[in-house]
Amino acid sequence: MIVGQRKPIQEIIGMLKGIKNILILGCGGCATVCSAGGEKEVEILASIIRIDRKKKGGPVETKEKTLARQCDTEYLEELKDEVDKYDAVLSMACGVGVNFLADMYPKTIILPALNTSFMGVSEEQGVWSERCAGCGNCVLDKTGGLCPVARCSKHLLNGPCGGSQNGRCEINPDIACVWQLIYDRLKGLNQLEKLQEIFPMKDWSSSLHGGPRKIVREDLTL
Amino acid sequence: MNFCSQGNYDNMTNPNEPDIVAFCCHYSAYAWSQDLQNLPRLGFPENVRLEILPCSGRISIIRLLKAFEQGADGIYVAGCKDDTCHNVRGSRIAKKRVDYVKNVFDQLNIEPERIEMFMISREPNRGFIEAAKEMTMRIKKLGPSPLKGK
Ligand code: SF4
Ligand code: SF4
Repeated sequence: MIVGQRKPIQEIIGMLKGIKNILILGCGGCATVCSAGGEKEVEILASIIRIDRKKKGGPVETKEKTLARQCDTEYLEELKDEVDKYDAVLSMACGVGVNFLADMYPKTIILPALNTSFMGVSEEQGVWSERCAGCGNCVLDKTGGLCPVARCSKHLLNGPCGGSQNGRCEINPDIACVWQLIYDRLKGLNQLEKLQEIFPMKDWSSSLHGGPRKIVREDLTL
Repeated sequence: MNFCSQGNYDNMTNPNEPDIVAFCCHYSAYAWSQDLQNLPRLGFPENVRLEILPCSGRISIIRLLKAFEQGADGIYVAGCKDDTCHNVRGSRIAKKRVDYVKNVFDQLNIEPERIEMFMISREPNRGFIEAAKEMTMRIKKLGPSPLKGK
C-alpha cells in the first residue's frame, strides 16, 4: 500500500489561512489502512481545525467526507455537485488523490493534508516500512524477492557496500542491510549462484528518470 | 458531580468553577459505582462531569477533542494502574490517546496540562476522588479554556 502521514498541524493551519469553508476529504483506500487519512482521521483533523479557529476567534465551516478512493474518476465524480460550495478541499489521500482532484476540479483550491511517504508494508500495528520504489523494471527474481532499490540505502545492485556490519546498514543501523538479507535468503534457498550474475547498468528510464510514467492497456480501454 | 450523556457537554455546573469532563473506566470507578450519588459528600468536586466507560481503552481521540471543542476547561481519563488493567492494556491504550491530544494541544498553543491520564488503583481508596480534586485545582490555576467566549 501507499503509506503516508499527516503533515504537522501548523503546516496545515498555515495553508488554510483565510479559508472559511473547507471540505476535509478522506480516502477509503491506502490512507485508511495506514491510519493517516480515513474517516477517523478526517473527524480528528476537522475537530483540530475548529478548535484552532475557535481559539483565534475566526469562523470556519468544516464538512467531513470520505470517498471509497481518490484515485478513480468514478469516486471523485461524487463531488461534482458540491465542490463549488467550498473555498477549498483538504485532501487526506496520498499525493495521487490530491493530484487527481486538482486535475478534475480546475476551479477549486485543493490542498494536501498528508505527506506521502512510500510504498510499503504494515510490519505490526503502528509500524510501516518501505518495500518497493516503483522502479518500473523489477529485479526481485535475481535477489531472492528482496529489493535492493528500495531497501539498500545506496540502491546498490551488485552486492553490499563496504560498510555493512553485523547485518545492519552503515547509513542507518536501525535497518537491516538488505544485501545481508539477500545473501542469507539465497543461501537458504540454495541459490547463491544467483549472486554470480553481474547486473548491467540499470536503465532508470522506466523509473522517474524517464519522466512521468503512463500505462495504456489496449485490451482494457473502451 | 454530574453525569453527562455521550456528546452532550453543555456545562451543567457552576459557571464559576472549572468545567471538567472525566472519562472513567468501569473498574476504577467500580468501588464507587454503588454509591455514586454519595460522591459529593466524600469530597468529589461538583464541577466534574463523569462518563463511565466499560474500559478506559474505549476512549477515542475524537471524543476527547470534542469534549474540549464543546466547552470543557479540562478533561481527564481515569483507568486502572498500568500493570493491573482489567482488560490487560486498556489504560495503556487510553494513555497513548491522551498523549496524542496533549501533543495536539501543544501544537495549537493550548496548555497540554488541560488533559491528563490518571492510572489509579482499583482498590477502594481515594485515588478516584483525588484525581478529580487534582484536576480541579490544576484547571483553576490555568483558568477557563482559551475557547471560552470566542
Ligand atoms: S526492483 Fe523496482 S519494481 Fe522491483 S521491488 Fe524494487 S523498486 Fe520495486
Ligand atoms: S550497508 Fe547494506 S543496505 Fe546499507 S548501503 Fe551498504 S549495502 Fe546498502
